[in-house]
Amino acid sequence: MELWYTDRHTEDVNFSIKVKRQLASHKSEIQQIDILDTYGFGRVLVLDGDLMITEKDEYIYHEMMTHVPMAVHPNVESVLVVGGGDGGTVRELVKYPDIKEIDLVESDKEVVTLSSIHLPFTACRLRDPRVRMHFEEGLRFVRGKKDAYDLIIVDCPDPYGPAEGLFTREFYGNCCNALKDDGILINQHESPFYAAHQTSVKNAHAHIAIEFPVSTVYQCHIPSYPSGHWLFGFASLKYDPVQDLDADRWNSLGVQTRYYNTDLHRGAFALPNYVKELLNR
Amino acid sequence: MNAQRLNRLAHFDVPGHKGGRMNPELSEYFGKLCTSLDVNSMKALDNLGHPVSVIKDAHALAADAFGADYAFFMVNGTTSAVQTMIWATCGRGEKIILPRNVHRSAINALVVNGAVPVYINPGRDKRLGIPLGMGVGDVQRAIEENPDAKAVLVNNPTYYGVCSDLETIVSVAHAAGMKVLADEAHGTHFYFHDKLPVSGMAAGCDMAAASLHKTGGSLTQSSILLCKDSINPDYVRQIITLTQSTSANYLLLSSLDIARRHLFFHGREAFGKTIAFAEYARDEINRLGGYYAFGPEIVNGDTCFAFDLTKLSVHTRDIGLAGIEVYDLLRDDYGIQIEFGDIGNILAILSAGDRRMDVERLISALAEIKRLHRKDPVGLFDHEYIDPDVAMTPEAAFYAGKTTVPLKDSLGRIAGEFVMSYPPGIPILAPGERVTPDILEHIEFAKAKGCFMTGPQDMNIDNLQVVA
Repeated sequence: MELWYTDRHTEDVNFSIKVKRQLASHKSEIQQIDILDTYGFGRVLVLDGDLMITEKDEYIYHEMMTHVPMAVHPNVESVLVVGGGDGGTVRELVKYPDIKEIDLVESDKEVVTLSSIHLPFTACRLRDPRVRMHFEEGLRFVRGKKDAYDLIIVDCPDPYGPAEGLFTREFYGNCCNALKDDGILINQHESPFYAAHQTSVKNAHAHIAIEFPVSTVYQCHIPSYPSGHWLFGFASLKYDPVQDLDADRWNSLGVQTRYYNTDLHRGAFALPNYVKELLNR
Repeated sequence: MNAQRLNRLAHFDVPGHKGGRMNPELSEYFGKLCTSLDVNSMKALDNLGHPVSVIKDAHALAADAFGADYAFFMVNGTTSAVQTMIWATCGRGEKIILPRNVHRSAINALVVNGAVPVYINPGRDKRLGIPLGMGVGDVQRAIEENPDAKAVLVNNPTYYGVCSDLETIVSVAHAAGMKVLADEAHGTHFYFHDKLPVSGMAAGCDMAAASLHKTGGSLTQSSILLCKDSINPDYVRQIITLTQSTSANYLLLSSLDIARRHLFFHGREAFGKTIAFAEYARDEINRLGGYYAFGPEIVNGDTCFAFDLTKLSVHTRDIGLAGIEVYDLLRDDYGIQIEFGDIGNILAILSAGDRRMDVERLISALAEIKRLHRKDPVGLFDHEYIDPDVAMTPEAAFYAGKTTVPLKDSLGRIAGEFVMSYPPGIPILAPGERVTPDILEHIEFAKAKGCFMTGPQDMNIDNLQVVA
């Protein structure tokens, strides 16, 4: 017998992977949480039917969100992660001894609970003493902060469900206010490839560009995500992501990664023409 | 309705779209179910103008749910219900006592049937600049001075959620032989939760008009008229049918029935949730500083006898922005459409249909607007309500010989038409009232700040029709 999980990429395009067995299925107050063990992609986390991360390629996503800004900003001590309840972003951040505090704001406590049980490869560092977890709406948490963080990473699902509020102009404005005056904002910026997602890509980018003097995107390949071509937003109040990359300093830290390196960092900001057009650069 | 749809009758009656087949774009856009439910009156579906079967049953169920003796489904909004209440109790030349901060539909009713208004100036909250309800003493005085008045109309609540002492007003009016009419356009939910102000029917009003579509969950433009048996329901039906369409829309009617059922079984839970959202939002917005989300603390025992806890009204003047400016910024910059903004306040309508994240969005956007746009509050107009100077009845002035003058030259003239901001649709100037300097200043300020204004024949509100 064969059991397949299908992630809907667009109305006309699906991505299916064969399932070994279901490890968890739980309806929290906010969403349906499913964790599956698959043959091709290992353990995967699914929220409201949408694929979030897979064991096989999550490191690409988490490393690119974390090490790109960390290689640019010379002195990150306090970090805010909005979303990221699976723990992958935190796992990358704790590799830096100079980071003193990490606030994780996850609106659904059950994601953290279930990830801690079934996804040890991402949740393994959530108990680091520098990590403080807050279980509340990201929007609410951020608007109460001013000049508080060097780095904010918005690690959330698509803007068509509970994460909708995290793609709004008021949220990005609140983030700007919450950052110190040389702070960096990184956000998950969807795929530019499919028409269904393009509007949200354009809108998110426009909202961010209003508030931040430096606002661009960078890209990577995440095989399990729609089209595989994925973008991240890099918005900064001071530092340029390529000019201010300090490769020597980063390399001397000895941080272990499986995807990211400082050559790839430069390359990631070189965008294809269709993406440039989409973002009107 | 559903049984008829499944019956698959061959239709040779109106509507001509025949379940959407005449116009495929109609059914593609609205959905086949919707277009197949759009039918006209027929034996199995009764007739709103003369209900004897299913609509009669629906009316009876609604009356029961609302604690009334009779109920009428209305398809032209609470406008038609308010007008029916006034026309059913007052004739030409007869007086009706009412607060001046009524919705345009009430004064429009007077233009049509020639009844005479006896206005009571509502109380005022100095800090917020908003009109409140009517003081019991003022109502008593008006009744004593006008013992021949036929009815007293009360807003229950006002647009901002303020209620008068309805039960006392009812006993004073009834003692003088007058009927009490409640405009509950914003008060449908009062019938379904005990933490909310008393409802019109529970307070003993003779008639009440409630917009089920505003807070009751039915489709826009569908409302309800409630009556006690102190009113002749057959006469009310005649009044309604003087102006009601003979092609009442069944989507509206069935949405009223569905909403009635939902309110009866789940209303308490739904409004409990709404109250919780509102209290949370008030708290969070007040924590932002600068804004004042006002709540039950403004109750003063008379002109503000009770406050609608579900209302999210926010005073914006202290951050230097007019309510209308915040309303526009929320819509244009943040994609958030609230109910309205006027000179000093904004109003957001909350319901059990809201999601927590949308409430968070509104609060966060207000935080941003304050951060990016706050100004010195100097120069902002500080009050909404202006005492009218009534010279003629609305009907006489509206139908009088009129001449057009530039607004700025109309000082001292008697208005022949309305001027108001919409929303809320409360006339700043009504036919028969004299134009005063305060009124002109208010209109200019509202225009300058971007309020959507309406009423005069001149769409730009630069000229006014005045009695010649």
